[in-house]
Amino acid sequence: MKHTISVLVENKFGTLNRVAAMFSARGFNLESISIGETEDKEISRMTIVTRGDDMIISQILKQLNRLIDTIKVNDLTHKPHIARELLLMTLKLDKSQQREIFELINVFKGKVVDIKQKSITIEVIGSPDKINTAIDLFRPFGIKEIARSGTVALNRGEG
Amino acid sequence: MHKSGQTMNGSEIFFECLRREKVDYIFGYPGGALLKVYETLYDVKDIKHILVRHEQGATHMAEGYARATGKPGVVLVTSGPGATNTVTGISNAYMDSSPMVVFTGQVPSTLIGNDAFQEADIVGITRPITKHNFLVKDVKDMALTIRKAFYLATQGRPGPVLVDLPKDVLNSECVFNWPENVEIRGFKPTIKGHENQIRKAAKIIARAKRPLLYIGGGVVAAEAAEELGKLATSQDIPVTMTLQGLGAFPGGSPLNMGMLGMHGTYWANQAINDCDVLIAVGARFDDRVTGKVDTFATHAFKIHNDIDPTNIDKNVKVDLPVVGDSKHFLRTLLESLPKAREDRSPWLRQIETWREQCPLGYSIDEKSLKTEFVIDEVSKQTAGNAVVTTDVGQHQMWTAQYYKFEKPRSIITSGGLGTMGYGLPAAIGAAFGVQDRPVVLFCGDGGFMMNVQELVTAVHYKLPVKIFLINNNFLGMVRQWQELFHQEKYSFTDLQNSNPDFIRVAEAFGCKAMRAANPAEAKQAIDEALAYNEGPVFVEFQVVKKDMVFPMVPAGASISEMLLDRLNPKTMV
Repeated sequence: MKHTISVLVENKFGTLNRVAAMFSARGFNLESISIGETEDKEISRMTIVTRGDDMIISQILKQLNRLIDTIKVNDLTHKPHIARELLLMTLKLDKSQQREIFELINVFKGKVVDIKQKSITIEVIGSPDKINTAIDLFRPFGIKEIARSGTVALNRGEG
Repeated sequence: MHKSGQTMNGSEIFFECLRREKVDYIFGYPGGALLKVYETLYDVKDIKHILVRHEQGATHMAEGYARATGKPGVVLVTSGPGATNTVTGISNAYMDSSPMVVFTGQVPSTLIGNDAFQEADIVGITRPITKHNFLVKDVKDMALTIRKAFYLATQGRPGPVLVDLPKDVLNSECVFNWPENVEIRGFKPTIKGHENQIRKAAKIIARAKRPLLYIGGGVVAAEAAEELGKLATSQDIPVTMTLQGLGAFPGGSPLNMGMLGMHGTYWANQAINDCDVLIAVGARFDDRVTGKVDTFATHAFKIHNDIDPTNIDKNVKVDLPVVGDSKHFLRTLLESLPKAREDRSPWLRQIETWREQCPLGYSIDEKSLKTEFVIDEVSKQTAGNAVVTTDVGQHQMWTAQYYKFEKPRSIITSGGLGTMGYGLPAAIGAAFGVQDRPVVLFCGDGGFMMNVQELVTAVHYKLPVKIFLINNNFLGMVRQWQELFHQEKYSFTDLQNSNPDFIRVAEAFGCKAMRAANPAEAKQAIDEALAYNEGPVFVEFQVVKKDMVFPMVPAGASISEMLLDRLNPKTMV
């Protein structure tokens, strides 16, 4: 099954490479990986989405922990957490369909970030499921290009 | 020793750090990126630099030294090809968890990434085969990085660490500050195992009718042989060991069952299948040990102690894991064992029966020589007290079967990676570390040729290494598989017509050399070689070609399905 793992790592060159290389060297599935600085400049947070049975996931968690640059590993899958992904998508813009497109953007609480005579670029932020649904529903209008950020996730606050 | 607070250049800091890490030997080879370091080394008297003839040799020597002494081995090589030549040795140390610190020179930091002369991205290349690696970008970070490198190489599960040193960093100056304490946020190995888990293990062991200890190299690394001995003898628990675990328990003990797995003893593998409690300590359930995993120790409650949590449930699902140092585990286990326990004499009798049903053995005739005889004879003449290194192949498995290792840190062999050419440099490294025990190398004709250049190193430093070449003019283990599983297509494994005259080779390097082709000659040559301590001595044993290592579990089969002898006598090449 799909797992979302949040990893705190040292913010050093080569860290992303070490993590990604561990996945490829051990034949683990790596669906998405995203990384960015945290409130502490020396630490980055990595969000990894992967798949596997319990035995594989437990190996992934242990192998991540074993890397020297890894400070903390947290499997969010069965814990209350927030997961978001950013979608940038350029669609063909046909005047006759303009209203429908804008209605759909509203449904997904999306934003228009660029608009030209023949194309429109929108952003949608949401859970990976919502992003998938958005792509499906926008597809009939003609998708020209897509960029997805991969998931970023945090556990929910306490209290 | 220089004081903290002094201004020094990078090369001086380098040696000052090694001094503080109590390094006594560096295995190295100079080159352009390291000119400043070698300039400084010229006046260094307290750290001995050993000049090797190939950087791969340096890494194996460092590992041989590390495994014989328990101290980290240190390697120093130049950038580019010097660095890439260390890759096999680093990988070997990684697979066998040997502590090692490898220093590589690097092109000046301003040229990194420009495809400069003798540049290679060695940090990138070695990322998957090191425990960790570093590129020092500023001379101010050097002392702390070296401190961290030694700390990481030796603490927790040992392993190789690489430090890449750009030429300009070695040349520039800064104030030297030695960090006494080192703190690495992401590295906190669990040393003390969970006490409740260990107490639980003790209760289960006490109730076991057919317990079995399965011991790996982790027990040797943790210096836990004494605790293991106490546990086995006080509880009447037979002990079987992996290739790397050999020596952790005395070879002469009646509880010693020898090695298990692919070329393990029949009785050890039968016992694995029949035991009710399996206590795995410092071992990782390698595929050469388990055979087909689904059928491995199916009746046993499995207790597994390892310092590396990733080894738990990696290959075999266990019932009671204890992450932690093996010495702590065994000691705590001993303290927790209840007084009353099951009687194990029926179990020990059963094992004895298996041992008698299918003992290890070989035939002797006057005219031809067998490897088993050579190893057996060396074992007897050294009373199991030598430090033995091997190459990879048939002779390695025969060494595991026939040499009766009495002490830990006695077998130094490439287990995980299976590196041909490992044995000779490893023996040289071991000989620098150990002076009070004979250092013996068993190698084959194939592997010997892979790092033959290091003979010069042994001769130059007058190391009393006993080099026992087992020559069957074949890549013996590959030949064995070709015979058994590849329709006797002996494809490119026959070296008869291309092997050199080994005696002349050894003599050309300045080594004393002898040849033996039958048991009587062999006995005498071994005797003479063991008595010769002026420098290395080389003996070529011309052994029979067709010999095969038995018993054997075919790859992928269950370890109960052992081949005990040739299925059909076949025509030999």
